[in-house]
Amino acid sequence: MYLDNERRPTLTPKLAVRVAIMGGIALVAFAIIFFRLWFLQVLSSEKYVEEARGNQLREIKVQAPRGEIVDREGRLLVRNRVGYAVKVTPASLPDQIAERREMYRRLAKVLGMRPRVIERRVEKQLKALPFATATVKTDVPEELFAYLLERPEEYPGVTIERVFLREYPHHQIGAHLFGTVGEVSQEQLGEERYRGVEMGDRVGQSGIEAEYDRFLRGRNGATRVQVDALGNLSRELATRQPQQGRQLRLSVDLDVQRVGQEALASGTGHGAFAVMDVRNGQVIALGSQPSFDPNIFAKTIKQSDYKRLTSDETGAPLTNRAIQGGYPTGSTFKLITATAALQSGLITPDTVLYDGGSLTVGDIVFNNAGGAAHGALALRTALTVSSDVFFYQLGRDLDSRGDGLALQRWARRLGLGRLTGIDLPAEQPGRIPTPHWRNRLFKKHLTDRPWSVGDNVNLSVGQGDVAVDPMQMAVAYATIANGGRVLRPRLGMRIEDTAGRALQQLEAPTARRLKIDPSYRQAILDGLRGAASAPGGTSTEVFAGFPIPVAGKTGTAEKGLGRADQSWYVALAPFPDPQYVVAVTDEAGGFGADTAAPMARRILAELFDVNEHRIVAGGGPSD
Amino acid sequence: MVSDTASQIQDFREAGRRFLRIDPLLLLATLGLVAASIYVVGAATQDDIPGDPNYYAYRQAVFAGAGLVLMLLISRFDYSRLREWKLGVYTLMIGSIVLVYAVGVSARGARRSIEFGFFNFQASELGKLLLVVALAGFVVDRTRRLQDRETTSRIVLLAVVPAMLVVAQPDLGSGLVYLAIVLAVLFVAGTKWTHFAALAALVAVAIAGVLVVAPAAGVEVLKPYQKHRLTAFLNPTDDPREEGYQINQSLTAIGSGGKTGRGDESTQTRLDFLPEHHTDFIFSVVGEEFGFVGAALVLSLFALLIWRALRILTMSKNFYGALVAGGITAMLMFQVFVNVGMTIGIMPITGIPLPLVSYGGSSVLTTLMAIGLLQSIHAQARETAAAKGL
Repeated sequence: MYLDNERRPTLTPKLAVRVAIMGGIALVAFAIIFFRLWFLQVLSSEKYVEEARGNQLREIKVQAPRGEIVDREGRLLVRNRVGYAVKVTPASLPDQIAERREMYRRLAKVLGMRPRVIERRVEKQLKALPFATATVKTDVPEELFAYLLERPEEYPGVTIERVFLREYPHHQIGAHLFGTVGEVSQEQLGEERYRGVEMGDRVGQSGIEAEYDRFLRGRNGATRVQVDALGNLSRELATRQPQQGRQLRLSVDLDVQRVGQEALASGTGHGAFAVMDVRNGQVIALGSQPSFDPNIFAKTIKQSDYKRLTSDETGAPLTNRAIQGGYPTGSTFKLITATAALQSGLITPDTVLYDGGSLTVGDIVFNNAGGAAHGALALRTALTVSSDVFFYQLGRDLDSRGDGLALQRWARRLGLGRLTGIDLPAEQPGRIPTPHWRNRLFKKHLTDRPWSVGDNVNLSVGQGDVAVDPMQMAVAYATIANGGRVLRPRLGMRIEDTAGRALQQLEAPTARRLKIDPSYRQAILDGLRGAASAPGGTSTEVFAGFPIPVAGKTGTAEKGLGRADQSWYVALAPFPDPQYVVAVTDEAGGFGADTAAPMARRILAELFDVNEHRIVAGGGPSD
Repeated sequence: MVSDTASQIQDFREAGRRFLRIDPLLLLATLGLVAASIYVVGAATQDDIPGDPNYYAYRQAVFAGAGLVLMLLISRFDYSRLREWKLGVYTLMIGSIVLVYAVGVSARGARRSIEFGFFNFQASELGKLLLVVALAGFVVDRTRRLQDRETTSRIVLLAVVPAMLVVAQPDLGSGLVYLAIVLAVLFVAGTKWTHFAALAALVAVAIAGVLVVAPAAGVEVLKPYQKHRLTAFLNPTDDPREEGYQINQSLTAIGSGGKTGRGDESTQTRLDFLPEHHTDFIFSVVGEEFGFVGAALVLSLFALLIWRALRILTMSKNFYGALVAGGITAMLMFQVFVNVGMTIGIMPITGIPLPLVSYGGSSVLTTLMAIGLLQSIHAQARETAAAKGL
């Protein structure tokens, strides 16, 4: 059989055919492969080169430091510091939930957090942005940075990034102005004002930081890197340096701001003040007490801290009472009543009315504060001695004149009960009570009575339902002082480069112009000047010996039974051509002359560089 | 003394003649592919082992060197003797495959190799050659009854047993190679067309059974990843993270190579985007680094190899040699076409290496030994022809 096989001719025709078939299969297969290769490598190679490039190039964002914020003298109010943020990269996290929990537990120990908190925080962020890194803790000490970096195998997926955090060297001073910085939200990304902001960027979320975010935010740098299939960096290709945001110079004067807050704190500790240049609307100081240390917002704030800062028991320190507090104004409102009465032709500066100590309207008797009776007087004296009965009569008569809304109209024209348009986002409008407003409440059974003339009488002296904040009051007084320009208060003064060179002036546009007769203006200013300097003036004693001529009005607003009166003072100085308006209120300070006026004096002293100690020591004006 | 010298000279001549009786073009194709392999493996893996850029290239060179020595030794040996050892060869093959189950090392969920000091012996690789040698022997024994259905079914069964064993390792690719081998051996032997038609029908039923009926009955013959791999190439973008990922990365690598390749800019390979870049996807590395020109060169070497193998088939001095050459040719063709087809997205991913080029001792040694057998067949045929000519 073996031999048989040996002799068998191997290449039979049949085998030749079959070998030819195998060769044919090989030929066809090679042909297909060659055509396919030609298609891939010659016809479509550009597309694949693009794909290969896209595979390996990544841009790593380099966070740009935000611009710093300085006061009008260039003193730093808000600056940056470098912090270390602990983050987790989802791709490198352990797959198993049990392993992840174990890692969170270890991490929690090091960070001093609860593992549950870490897990919830991470899962929440990853749910929102599946491929981005999630922040575990924003600000950890540098030692921890080194510790975690040295143990990557114990903490898989944990990375540490350098981040810029805001720092407020003056702590409570100006705290209400700056606002906070935080990661941009999904909704904000869609807004026009946040164009160019990318996921994960930090932007201003409130206050000045939000208002001037587009200047402050800067431009992120980027490092183009080549990565391998696991996303590990293989080499750096190019770097675009981050550009720090612009420096923002505020019109705020740090000294005045500090003195104002100290003055407020020396009262009941609950109040607000505003200082503004009456010629251009620059806000020199704007403060609210109680205050807080904004440094706690640099990192993620604890829930308990936030609660403490917003609860009524602690006086809600986060509230900026200077633009959000709606208060009755007391007699400081008389400037508005006077303007309305003069401009609507009810009186002239010389119209004499009689103050018998009380005024009966309908069956209600309205008394002068303190039971005084000032007799016959005209506007100037009425303002100086703060005759309530004089203004009661104006309020009563304005209610029945024309449509009866002259007082409300003038209050609104002068900027009360509406937004001033200051460059802070959280402003509240407040309220000027009108018949319409009260009648509607009455219809809904939210109040016990409809509008009556008595409401207008109350409003004429700033009592009752009126709700106004110090900033609005400052705007109203400034309008009279500057002859009719209703200003839009401005904190931002100038955009500068990091070296402090001006790039752009931020002009405060005048909101609107009022026609105020110059003689009316003069009469009002004279009255206010008298109030701070003439014998019998409500704040004459407070300003005794003060070298700068001040015109100012006290206010004592009743806040209902059992509650201390709210103390107000609004000052214009120097008389007769005022440059600054200072509006101060203390929520429970009692008489305006007792609490708010001395505060205003302290602020004015700082504003005009008056050395109060020397005056006290010398016992009189220095010059 | 003189006669001693004369006989020595005679011996040298004899040795030279024998050496010259091997097929020079086949040797050229082999050496070309081996050289390409060492170069490409080196290029693909230079960053894989930190501090040792030539780790894989060096090892591949050692495998190739050993393989070439084996090849030359085998080419000097008369392959016909193997026919008598068919039972031993077959037992060795089954035994080594079974041994893998017993003492093999697992890698990524598969138990495919036995660990030796220097390399992992993959029994299913050597099994490919052993199967060719054994099957050819069994077929020759039944030369007179080749047209019987029984012959065909017995021979097929002899191949299906080891194929099942390696598929279960799991090593689906080698199992398919075994089936390709048995079909080729039967084909060359002259089995009737009707038998092939019946086999084709059987395969169709088996595939339907494995993919449709068995899963419906709750029996999973193929692991899910195998099924995935087999079907992913039809639509790679559907599944860009798993199996589709490999195909996409391979297409990107080859496509981006363009006409002349990207050389050191071959980011797909160098940055690990291309999976298994020194083993199953080595052809994609060729395509990326050396472009159409490089790929065409490698393919041409394979074409040369297959042409010579088919030519040796026709030259064989006996039927056994023709069957062995047919089996080896089919083994090489199937692996080349399936592997290259996989990298260019026209064949499923089956884990079949590119003969001689893919990194791996078992595969390189097996292929070189197979080529050694081809050379032996060639040399024997030349010798017989020379004897007849005398």
